Amino acid sequence: MNDPTANQRPEELIRLATKLRWEVGSNFHDSLMETIYANASQIADRAVTRTGDAARFDLDRTIDRLVTSRWLGFPMMLAILTLVFWLTIEGANVPSAMLAGLLIDSVHPMLKSMAAAIGMPWWLDGLLIDGMYLAMAWVVSVMLPPMAIFFPLFTLLEDFGYLPRVAFNLDQWFKKAGAHGKQALTMSMGFGCNAAAIVSTRVIDSPRERLIAIITNNFALCNGRWPTQILVATIFIGGLAPAHFAGLVSAGAVVGVAVLGILLSFVVSWGLSRTVLRGEASAFSLELPPYRPPRVLQTVYTSIIDRTLIVLWRAVIFAVPAGAVIWLSTNILIGRLSLAEHFMDWSQPFGLLVGLNGVILLAYVIAIPANEIVIPTILMLTVLSAGLIGLGEGAGVMFELDSDAAVAQIFASGGWNLLTAVNLMLFSLVHNPCSTTIYTIWKETRSAKWTSVSSLLPVAMGFLLCFLVAQIWRLVSG
Amino acid sequence: METQTSAGGCDACPAHHSGNLIKLGVNMANWDFVVALAGNPNTGKSTVFNALTGLRQHTGNWPGKTVVRAEGGFEFDGHRYKLMDLPGTYSLLSTSLDEEVARDFILFGRPDVTVVVVDAARLERNLNLVLQVLEITDRAVVCLNLMDEAKRYGLSVDERRLARDLGVPVVPAAARRGEGIPELTRVLSDVATGRTVCRPQRIRNEPPALKQAVGKLVAQLEAAFPNVPNARWVALRLLEGDTRIVEAVCSGELGDLNRIPGQEEEMIA
Repeated sequence: MNDPTANQRPEELIRLATKLRWEVGSNFHDSLMETIYANASQIADRAVTRTGDAARFDLDRTIDRLVTSRWLGFPMMLAILTLVFWLTIEGANVPSAMLAGLLIDSVHPMLKSMAAAIGMPWWLDGLLIDGMYLAMAWVVSVMLPPMAIFFPLFTLLEDFGYLPRVAFNLDQWFKKAGAHGKQALTMSMGFGCNAAAIVSTRVIDSPRERLIAIITNNFALCNGRWPTQILVATIFIGGLAPAHFAGLVSAGAVVGVAVLGILLSFVVSWGLSRTVLRGEASAFSLELPPYRPPRVLQTVYTSIIDRTLIVLWRAVIFAVPAGAVIWLSTNILIGRLSLAEHFMDWSQPFGLLVGLNGVILLAYVIAIPANEIVIPTILMLTVLSAGLIGLGEGAGVMFELDSDAAVAQIFASGGWNLLTAVNLMLFSLVHNPCSTTIYTIWKETRSAKWTSVSSLLPVAMGFLLCFLVAQIWRLVSG
Repeated sequence: METQTSAGGCDACPAHHSGNLIKLGVNMANWDFVVALAGNPNTGKSTVFNALTGLRQHTGNWPGKTVVRAEGGFEFDGHRYKLMDLPGTYSLLSTSLDEEVARDFILFGRPDVTVVVVDAARLERNLNLVLQVLEITDRAVVCLNLMDEAKRYGLSVDERRLARDLGVPVVPAAARRGEGIPELTRVLSDVATGRTVCRPQRIRNEPPALKQAVGKLVAQLEAAFPNVPNARWVALRLLEGDTRIVEAVCSGELGDLNRIPGQEEEMIA
């Protein structure tokens, strides 16, 4: 401090460093790394003794050779995913029916009669009970059982160490598509939640590759969309098969949609890296973690608390106002028709053109805040609008419900067929991300342009895909 | 006042003090010490983090799971600690974003203790990072995690020998089962409060040309910034043209990182 030349020292230092950099040569980074490695290896050698045989390590290697093998890797991946969905579908049926029976068949009429007893005005009773309460009841009964089975199973796979192997299998394909190999990791996280996965794309350094990962992450089916896929597949696809194969066939259909999503990720990444986000893929190293026996009880507990209840809570929070919107839109009349009917009539021709219908389109508009409530919204809209045109009992919801069969009955009254179901599954895979994800994309990219691309590109693709499927379907089925 | 001075018996045993761990979750106001958690990917940093703070930061068998740094707090022996879970990295030398986050925090965040969580079953690879951390800071503790896994692989690690070779405390642990966590809190509080003074091993046997260049730079650095604890490491970074470090030298920020020895002891007393 008392040295008058102190202020000049930093500049001198940098100059000296620059000069010395030339003297030590360009390979000095490598030789420094070598030195560190040599030191580390020496210290480790002195501290570690190998006592037993290395049987466990060989077991790990054997499993790795199987699950990442060129020929068996993908079939095993499909088989494992199918097993998970089959367990989910088979297991969710009974509790779903029980919850629906309780919340919709018993509690709902009870609330209605209580409201009548205290003389609640019809519009308040409708808004609160037929709108908000029923939306919540649908969400809980349709979503809770599959989630409570699927999430623990998926978390067990994750803890065991299988997901990085999936990433390993997919890595070379991403590279071929001009994307970063780590996109395989962020995509796998997208199977849980797209918003979380978009935050996780920070592991990708190149901005170009990171944008590709962000834009295509939506093609990884998320928590909010698995239940939609599982339910629609169970009712429509499973219904086609003999009863004892139904579960397996439905699970296969869900896996098919998930795999289609992975393929779309490749195709879109490839397209982007050849056009607007041109560039070469950069290399990285992926460490395959050891297989760790999952701690089953702990995993089940935390995945029910951390994932199932959080996702369910979010769905309920979004469903309650959505329920109000649904009820209002079916009960506010303009002329002779309700708002919902105006929209459905207006969008019906377009909906049918792409193999969907006006109800589904309206449901997707109402469900932008959260994908989780698409199915409950579709059900309520179908019920309410069917009620309005005279199938039910007024704008009420007096359906005999025993889970899937009841849901199937509702769909039937809405004029659904197999094409509608297939296209709903496709559209659920390929449409705009939920509001949370869109907001996360904006936060991560700070770019209105890329946020819009990420949001609108999938919708456009979804309509195109559904349109093509509908046209081919109609050609083939005459 | 009564337990403070008694040295022997139960009070010296880490198990006795484990009861003093109070998990504070995200409540980190008025902390006394900052602790950084570093380590290779997938060594269980988040598990250690959760065990100390009582938080449920999502853990998974999944390298690169923590991309943002998570913060939490705990209280031990009357001191409040703020704990930072850094992203997992293999090194602090190259320049990817997660390595920079970890490196910047260990250097500029001035943690009172840096806990390096290492995988006991893959010690050699993990030590690369430990050695690099020890170049930057001498207030470090090595948490030898996944001891259960190492045992299953038929490996045994001599933690005393390791501690002697590294010059910092080494605590064996199996954080998934909560084993070793009480000992870890005790040891890291000893380092934070200055009861344990570390004399870390610095990297040896570098090529002569490099050693010479580093020597010249260190002399200059020590003249310009008399109390920099890691002049050698800074010299290496300057040689490599690390822009963030060049900037810190030019702006004089590096000088602010000086730790006057004994400052912490005064703070406690």
